[in-house]
Amino acid sequence: MRNLHTDEIIKNIKEMCIEANYKLASDVEERVRGAYERESSALGKQILGQLSENLNIALEDSIPICQDTGMAIIFIKLGQDVHVEGRNLEDAINEGVRQGYEEGYLRKSVVGDPLIRINTKDNTPAIIHYEIVAGEQLEIIVAPKGFGSENMSRVYMLKPSDGTEGVKKAVLETVKLAGPNACPPIVVGVGIGGSFEKSTILSKKALTRNMSQSSPLEHIKKLEDDLLIEINQLGIGPGGFGGKITALGVNIETYPTHIAGLPVAVNICCHVNRHVSRRI
Amino acid sequence: MDQYINTPLTTDKVESLKAGDYVYITGTIYTARDAAHERMYQMMNEGNSIPINLNDNIIYYLGPTPEKEGQVIGSAGPTTSSRMDKYTPLLLDNGLKGMIGKGKRSKEVIASMIKNKAVYFAAVGGAGALLSKKIKASKVIAYDDLGTEAIRELYVENFPVIVVIDSRGNNLYEIVLQSY
Repeated sequence: MRNLHTDEIIKNIKEMCIEANYKLASDVEERVRGAYERESSALGKQILGQLSENLNIALEDSIPICQDTGMAIIFIKLGQDVHVEGRNLEDAINEGVRQGYEEGYLRKSVVGDPLIRINTKDNTPAIIHYEIVAGEQLEIIVAPKGFGSENMSRVYMLKPSDGTEGVKKAVLETVKLAGPNACPPIVVGVGIGGSFEKSTILSKKALTRNMSQSSPLEHIKKLEDDLLIEINQLGIGPGGFGGKITALGVNIETYPTHIAGLPVAVNICCHVNRHVSRRI
Repeated sequence: MDQYINTPLTTDKVESLKAGDYVYITGTIYTARDAAHERMYQMMNEGNSIPINLNDNIIYYLGPTPEKEGQVIGSAGPTTSSRMDKYTPLLLDNGLKGMIGKGKRSKEVIASMIKNKAVYFAAVGGAGALLSKKIKASKVIAYDDLGTEAIRELYVENFPVIVVIDSRGNNLYEIVLQSY
């Protein structure tokens, strides 16, 4: 049993919210910068050049990469031998988000009631996904998510007979419908299997996976590779102004499902695919 | 074609712009996004005046991050325009000439743009740090209670945008897909 004080959790979450919004993880940054050489459209190249320059300015002049600093999506893996002391864990996580968004000069983009729509003015509450695992460590992923791309995400409840082709059709349709709205070049997170809600969480989790790591499952890796090629044949291009680079990567996560179903969730993220992870 | 224009955006300037043109804007523009549009729309429908003069002006769909000491504005890239579609024809009927955002527009907006001779520009989504450097002055002029969604008056210099839909209804997003 290990004691872990919530002050430690608050401090880490605060720092992670700030870090995520000023500097891309190196795997995402490499994809953004590398896209320039691979694009052939002149306007597309110009846009990609600006995205690289934008990353430089964000760091050098300390300005968030994008003005939509997102709703804070947080994945927690809590070791079952950890004893959290201090405050309630959920309150501590939200306190970390509050401090991070305030001290980091990040935008407060959360409304308290989805219909009354009054801004909570501190970007809380966060959206928190908990997992209880073995061990005595706490693993945290902070993934601030912008809603330009979130709004273009979709869930499909396919039939088992739709198979791999059905999954491809769903992903391509989602990307086509998103078009220029989701700030291409995009990153595509796909969750296949589970249930209605499980597939969506998998698709979000997929976005936080290192982009240089393919799925360890051979058939899923092939699906990731094939989808990336087909998406980049759509012609949407950087900014939606035409070109070869519509997506920077496709990450797919899977889970067992019911004999009657094939849920597929497609979570679209813009090129500012932010995620920071820490183990404490 | 690269074009340099100054605000106010008069009809002759609008008509000189074609879908696909790369345009550098200098002058005063205004910010408004979802909540400010909702309020202006309500006020206009109730016959009240709104806090900005729309005539020959440009609205930038923007909700910036807070500025730090010494900065004019925080990160300042465009938000998705389609959420403003419901309110836009009324603003165009009242003199609005230009909009800066990103993403598709509705048929109704495009028809109103043709009728009122207006232009829709896109700025590069996700380049908010870069775009903030082109904004030389910023002040909240209305709806301060809306925080990031308040209406701001901006002075921009060579603010880079692309004409997506021109005043004849040509649409760059559709044109580029035809070649694939």
